[in-house]
Amino acid sequence: MSKIIDSLKYTDQHEWIKLDGDIATIGITDHAQGALGDLVFVELPEVGRTVKAHENFAVVESVKAASEVYAPLSGEVIEVNTALSSTPEVINSAPYDAGWICKIRISNKAEVAALMSADAYKDLAA
Amino acid sequence: MIQDLDKGRGLNVEENLLYEKSATGACGVDLPEPKNIKLRTGMDARDHVGLPEVSEPQVMRHFVRLSKLNYAIDSGLYPLGSCTMKHNPRLNEKVARHAGFAQIHPMQPDSTIQGALEVIYTVERWLAELSGLPHVTLNPAAGAHGEFAGIMVIHAAHAAKGKPRKVVLIPDSAHGTNPATAAACGYETRTIPSTKEGTVDVDAFKGMLNEDVAAIMLTNPNTCGLFEPRAGEIADALHKAGAYFYCDGANFNALVGRVRPADFGVDVMHFNLHKTFSTPHGGGGPGCGPIAVSEELGRFLPVPRIVKEGNSFKRIMDDKDSIGRLKGFNGQFGMAVRALAYMMSHGGDGLKQVAEDAVLNANYILSQLKSDYHVPFPGTCMHECLLTDKLQKEKGISTMEIAKTLIEHGIHPMTVYFPLVVQGAMLIEPTETETKASLDHFIQIMKMIAKKTSEGDVAELQANPVSTPRKRLDEVQAARNPVLKWTKNQ
Amino acid sequence: MRYLPLTPKDRADMLTAVGVKSIDDLYACVPAAARHSERIKLPAHQGELEVERAITSMAKKNLPASEVPFFLGAGCYFHHIPATVDHIIQRSEFLTSYTPYQPEISQGTLTVIFEFQTMIANLTGMDIANASMYDGATATAEAVLMAKRITKRPNIIIHGALHPEYREVVDTYISNYPDMKIVSGEPDANTSCVIVQTPDFHGVPHKLDALRKKCDEAGALLVVVINEILSLGLLPAPSVADIVVGEAQSIGVPMSFGGPHLGFFACRKDYLRQMPGRLCGQTVDKDGRRSFVLTLNTREQHIRREKATSNICTNQGLFALAFTIHMSLLGEIGFKQLARLNHERACMMADRLGKVKNIKILNDVFFNEFMIELPVDAKATVQKLSTSGIIAGYPLEGGKLLVCATEMTTEADIEALAGALEKACVSAKAKEVA
Repeated sequence: MSKIIDSLKYTDQHEWIKLDGDIATIGITDHAQGALGDLVFVELPEVGRTVKAHENFAVVESVKAASEVYAPLSGEVIEVNTALSSTPEVINSAPYDAGWICKIRISNKAEVAALMSADAYKDLAA
Repeated sequence: MIQDLDKGRGLNVEENLLYEKSATGACGVDLPEPKNIKLRTGMDARDHVGLPEVSEPQVMRHFVRLSKLNYAIDSGLYPLGSCTMKHNPRLNEKVARHAGFAQIHPMQPDSTIQGALEVIYTVERWLAELSGLPHVTLNPAAGAHGEFAGIMVIHAAHAAKGKPRKVVLIPDSAHGTNPATAAACGYETRTIPSTKEGTVDVDAFKGMLNEDVAAIMLTNPNTCGLFEPRAGEIADALHKAGAYFYCDGANFNALVGRVRPADFGVDVMHFNLHKTFSTPHGGGGPGCGPIAVSEELGRFLPVPRIVKEGNSFKRIMDDKDSIGRLKGFNGQFGMAVRALAYMMSHGGDGLKQVAEDAVLNANYILSQLKSDYHVPFPGTCMHECLLTDKLQKEKGISTMEIAKTLIEHGIHPMTVYFPLVVQGAMLIEPTETETKASLDHFIQIMKMIAKKTSEGDVAELQANPVSTPRKRLDEVQAARNPVLKWTKNQ
Repeated sequence: MRYLPLTPKDRADMLTAVGVKSIDDLYACVPAAARHSERIKLPAHQGELEVERAITSMAKKNLPASEVPFFLGAGCYFHHIPATVDHIIQRSEFLTSYTPYQPEISQGTLTVIFEFQTMIANLTGMDIANASMYDGATATAEAVLMAKRITKRPNIIIHGALHPEYREVVDTYISNYPDMKIVSGEPDANTSCVIVQTPDFHGVPHKLDALRKKCDEAGALLVVVINEILSLGLLPAPSVADIVVGEAQSIGVPMSFGGPHLGFFACRKDYLRQMPGRLCGQTVDKDGRRSFVLTLNTREQHIRREKATSNICTNQGLFALAFTIHMSLLGEIGFKQLARLNHERACMMADRLGKVKNIKILNDVFFNEFMIELPVDAKATVQKLSTSGIIAGYPLEGGKLLVCATEMTTEADIEALAGALEKACVSAKAKEVA
């Protein structure tokens, strides 16, 4: 059973979102990191880049697979977790904390309603 | 790392790198002394190059020792699905080495290389006959390169009609080269789902067909080892919609000499000479990926082309309708010579027998293992059969452990985890050059693995391989910290 | 049939085990319209003797370089291959093995690839090299596509004379990207790369520092193409480049009418993840022993599919091995010696041809290949000389002829060429006068 944190929001692409006012911190879930296996590389988005919801903006790679990460919300990338460049395995050991991927300043609050609750995601990740 | 050398035992060698044996002043050739003339290069002479210094005996020993660390089809069964690891006849090597083939230059005047043009032309005619598609080129260097040529031909055909289209449809079971090729040609790919029988969902496909679709890329037999039974219907629908049928011929070994793809509506197909026609895999290449196309599409083929005029052959170096040149010179000529020897040795009758024996061998394996392993698509198969680890997974044994246990027992594993649409896939292609005894031995090992697993006796299976030159490798480290060359202070 | 082990009894037993009456039952899924093997009209099978005779007779219709004075280069070179090379590449374990996807039982192939990558990186002065490409022309095209992926710019500049077939292949590859085009002029903000072949198609070695500066100012990549890899034994390494690609056929690989050859691809380590082709990396196994494995596969088509860096699957495996063996025999000393020897033969040829009346040597600088100008049509002259048993070189427009000398070229060969050209030019002059 993969770990799910109740206070976070989720997408059906196995991303988690932590909302703090208009700043969204984004990462991939425990289920996703387990499916991928040991991560070897993370392609981070550029700081300052504007993204639309559902746009592919990062890639996480294991030895055998490469997975797209999709922006769950529209906005501007304001910070990326540069530690992942040297230690991508942090996503495996701490997907919800130190393994965060980036932060977005969201541009459309209405999109938040479309995100999944922890309960809804539990069904998906079961 | 040099301390590993003391771990060699008996005939099992440990071997380090040639760079680690290098000794200043050693050399493996005797060349005339340079006269140290004044250079006319316009620049200073190269200083340090960075090559090892060793004698000839050291070179021979090094590579012979390395060869002992390799499995090969000459050593044993190599049932890699969709790779067609068949016997590589040495006659083919002998004829390819004739000075008249090995020591001719592609830019010599046509009158001095008529025999070379004859070889290429003859192989083209054989492939045309086997496919039912009249126009052939041997230029592409490998299967993926042939796919590239084929999709570019289709693109050119649509452009010539004034209606360039944007989409290529590809089944979800396709090999990764298919969508990679489509993307490289500027197309958007859309994925066709498979049915639970493991074949293309033809109704879904028809729903996706519209004026935007340029072509389908269909592997037939498909990557699940099954012939697409509604291939003719797919062809009709495509042609009605003004689209083309590209057939990935990686699995042609099931059909060669017996079924002509043109007869089920194919417009373009590629062949892998290094699969169906026995040119050796060489540890990863060279390959050769000719394509054959319909009458309508012939004019778009790449250059150079060979034409026959009376009794002599000529090369056409450019043509306004052609998609252009795909590689330098004339394609993988040396592989064409090998393939020709293979074709002439087998003849039409032999090639037909190849396909039938390949199909029979795969079905035999399937019939003997279907009670031990999960068969995702019941029924008979073509030249390869598909099993999964579903029954073994519950006991902690996955496709990976099954593969590594085969290695431990001296057999190269089948293709694993492909096609991607089937969980825990094991794709087994014995080919026609295996004896029944060889197949029985493989079946025996597979049955042993299934039995041990069902009894919960899994510890040994999970530890495999233990008798090989290397045990399981840390591939994560290799990817996280790539070390791609030797440096002195490693 | 000698390659088919199944006996009639085997077939009968196996059909019974499968549960079908005949092999036709296993083809029942094929549409009726396609079940007509009688339409395939091909000759019947033959024994080794007959096949060997038939194919050898085709070989005998060709004029091999080993039998005549031979001066063709132009991206495919006639060099000596030591006996050890062909012997080793015919060993079953190298010749008949597959791509090393199961590393536990392919350390032989993987170790060779690692050595190959090391040699190519050192030769080119680059950080990393891959496991080889189909040939120099496709390697150049892939470099161009890689430069576009990295810079996201559309324009390509070619500096100096690029091999025309390499240019054609680049044209074919970029024709799939409507915004990409080859332009002339100086690099600017729209330039993804500047391509320079050295020595170029006219035999001219190019200095790279000025180009490097221009590329830096414009933010473009410098792509160096080398199709006579032996030149790296005498000319400086192009270590200021971003990407170095080309053709390594000169070392260990027969000319073989143009294929199979051996493309190579090397670049700076910053661009590692954008590289096409296979890569072999070092790691350890469960017991901590040094091992080699194909790595960074997520760039490739079998994983990344339509987002792959290239659709390429195969490398030129066996010939990367041949190259590595030959380079090992040559070594640091022999490789440089061989390069010098080639240059000396070319100088000798330039001196001798320079003495032929009415022939101009067009190059001031060269490695082992240069252009001469005849007072007569070069193409017709080459054709004429071929009928009298001399392969004189590659004709360009008008009277221009590209000639190459290697360590295989003897003084007698050069004398034969000089004599034949003399005759060809004199007779032309005589015709003029008359």
